[in-house]
Amino acid sequence: MALLEIKNLHAEIDGSEILKGIDLTVNAGEVHAIMGPNGSGKSTLCHVLGGRDGYEVTQGTITFDGHDLLEMETEERAIAGMLLGFQHPVEIPGVKNIYLLKEALNAKREAQGLEEIDTFTFMKQVRELVASMDMDDAFLHRGVNAGFSGGEKKRNEILQMLLLEPKLALLDETDSGLDIDALKVVSDGINRMRGEARGIILVTHYQRLLNYVEPDMVHVLYKGKIIKSGDKTLAHRLEAEGYQEILQEAS
Amino acid sequence: MTETQELEQLVKREYKYGFTTDIEQEIIPPGLDEDVVRMISAKKKEPEFMLEWRLSAFRHWQTMTEPEWAHVHYPRIDYQALSYYAAPKSQEELDAEAPESLDDVDPKLLETYEKLGIPLHERAALAGVKGANVAVDAVFDSVSVTTTFKEKLAEAGVIFCSFSEAVENHPELVKKYLGTVVPQGDNFFAALNSAVFSDGSFVYVPKGVKCPMELSTYFRINAKNTGQFERTLIIAEEGASVSYLEGCTAPQRDENQLHAAVVELVALDDAEIKYSTVQNWYPGDEEGKGGIYNFVTKRGECRGDRSKITWTQVEAGSAITWKYPSCVLKGDDSVGEFYSVAVGNNYQQIDSGTKMIHLGKRTRSTIVSKGISAGHAENAYRGLVHIGKTATDARNFTQCDSLLIGDRCGAHTFPYIEAKNASAQVEHEATTSKVSDDQMFYLRSRGLSEEDAMNMVVSGFCKDVFNELPMEFAVEAQALLAVSLEGSVG
Repeated sequence: MALLEIKNLHAEIDGSEILKGIDLTVNAGEVHAIMGPNGSGKSTLCHVLGGRDGYEVTQGTITFDGHDLLEMETEERAIAGMLLGFQHPVEIPGVKNIYLLKEALNAKREAQGLEEIDTFTFMKQVRELVASMDMDDAFLHRGVNAGFSGGEKKRNEILQMLLLEPKLALLDETDSGLDIDALKVVSDGINRMRGEARGIILVTHYQRLLNYVEPDMVHVLYKGKIIKSGDKTLAHRLEAEGYQEILQEAS
Repeated sequence: MTETQELEQLVKREYKYGFTTDIEQEIIPPGLDEDVVRMISAKKKEPEFMLEWRLSAFRHWQTMTEPEWAHVHYPRIDYQALSYYAAPKSQEELDAEAPESLDDVDPKLLETYEKLGIPLHERAALAGVKGANVAVDAVFDSVSVTTTFKEKLAEAGVIFCSFSEAVENHPELVKKYLGTVVPQGDNFFAALNSAVFSDGSFVYVPKGVKCPMELSTYFRINAKNTGQFERTLIIAEEGASVSYLEGCTAPQRDENQLHAAVVELVALDDAEIKYSTVQNWYPGDEEGKGGIYNFVTKRGECRGDRSKITWTQVEAGSAITWKYPSCVLKGDDSVGEFYSVAVGNNYQQIDSGTKMIHLGKRTRSTIVSKGISAGHAENAYRGLVHIGKTATDARNFTQCDSLLIGDRCGAHTFPYIEAKNASAQVEHEATTSKVSDDQMFYLRSRGLSEEDAMNMVVSGFCKDVFNELPMEFAVEAQALLAVSLEGSVG
């Protein structure tokens, strides 16, 4: 059974249709890249998968790990194992990063019928992950994303992913705003998450990230539809030839 | 029915239950004139000076009119329709009304206590269960808490008693300090309180003494119903320090709609007073019916050099709150602080803030005000920073933040700054923000429920104030906000 199966997905916002019939299947163990020019519907797809208010699905189905995803609230999707990595993570002033990490982990554990994690185990685990992301412990005690640089915010998203160990990670433009060192750290984090039981979707504008995280499949999203799919060489072609060539070919 | 409504109903039921009694009570008939003031003083067996003090307050009050400048709306109060004295109930009377045990208390009320994280051993006392104080003592290893506390305080020389007891046992102290911070004619409600106040608390910490405990611990369990016109006086002599906490996160009911309390604090040289309030009076129902009118005058005077007064408040209840805990910074190098969280839901109206009156040299004040509005609530911050001519090198920092939940509520800021000394430094920062859809979506996508997400954003917003509360209370205050805002999302 596929981990994620999207069939003929149509969605609109404020009455205008953005997604116009998307079909996508992601199996456990696979890394998919969704690429496309600005305005193609990449972020809308992420928000619809995340269950954000304001987006109306007018047609189609989404099945996630056997659940009817469209019937689930945002938090239920998270607890069922979906993690959305944000393009622009929002600031939550006054709430310590570590506090959010713990609450998020415990929300998941509660749904699994597990006890709250004890502080000692939690701190040990978090500290190791923080070090692996080349971050400082002080980072844990700052307000969530408050005053973080663009790179810090993205590292924080990956840190959350590493801690929460989702079944499906959906990373929206995780590479944007990263310098080359940060890109390597973030890519390492993603590569560590690759595994037989897990699916990863990288939504990205550029091929750059894919030099470090090699995708199994690449899809080109254009005007709300996936117009072409292929292996990693498709990403190289996009980089070399630009979108125009591929668009013409597809039409 | 929403949870908020359920909560309201359950506490109402509890309130009815608590008061269905046919035992006769000694109540003065409605109305207010000099005879009533005399009668109150006589019933309390007060010395002559107290009667004179009350009468002069009453005469002053008659010349005054009710203030209308606050950003609140309510029907006119008929002061002649109120009754100004009810004899305190005897233990037998109280017992006759009290539930036999926690099993007889509405389970929903207990659930609220649970949500608020109120310790088990205090719940029975709060629910007014018969003989609950005995049970409380039992929890503490069979030693009577009250006695232990009293002994400890007496050993240190701290006087902590009801205002009536203070008038009886320490008239010289009362005479010396009463009305010296909030004069009888200070404002309409303070004058009324001065004329008819029922009872309250009195704290005296002698020279050089650090009060050995938070006065809250004792107070929370033993606080009696002190009536609608409460009067509190706290004096810290040279080098003394005390931390006092009034109120409770548990929902409080009262049959009196109008509350007009007065609190006076006096800090002499090097003394420090920390006064924390958690206010959770009945706020009225979802349609804005009923609820307490809370018109309070609180003021502290840093009379001595290097003295310090800190007000910390979490205001969650009352239909109308009119309250400006203030500091008069007379002593050189004295410090005034005000940390406030005021939360309004449904149709609550809040006009609250502080006054920092700088008179001494190098006086410093800090104001951190966090207003949260949800539902149809109106929440106004009103603050005055006054730098007098004599206040050379005075400094003030004000931070005033408003958080809006939903689009039917209002937040207002009325800052007044008067600087009469050119060396003053006054800073004012103000922000207004909404709990954004982005924040809610972000937190929910990490697995938090809608209410948990909201509570997380709100408690982050209030963090600077919660940090000032006594430790065990900060946790409860956070829970109180969650309960107060129930039903404001979704």
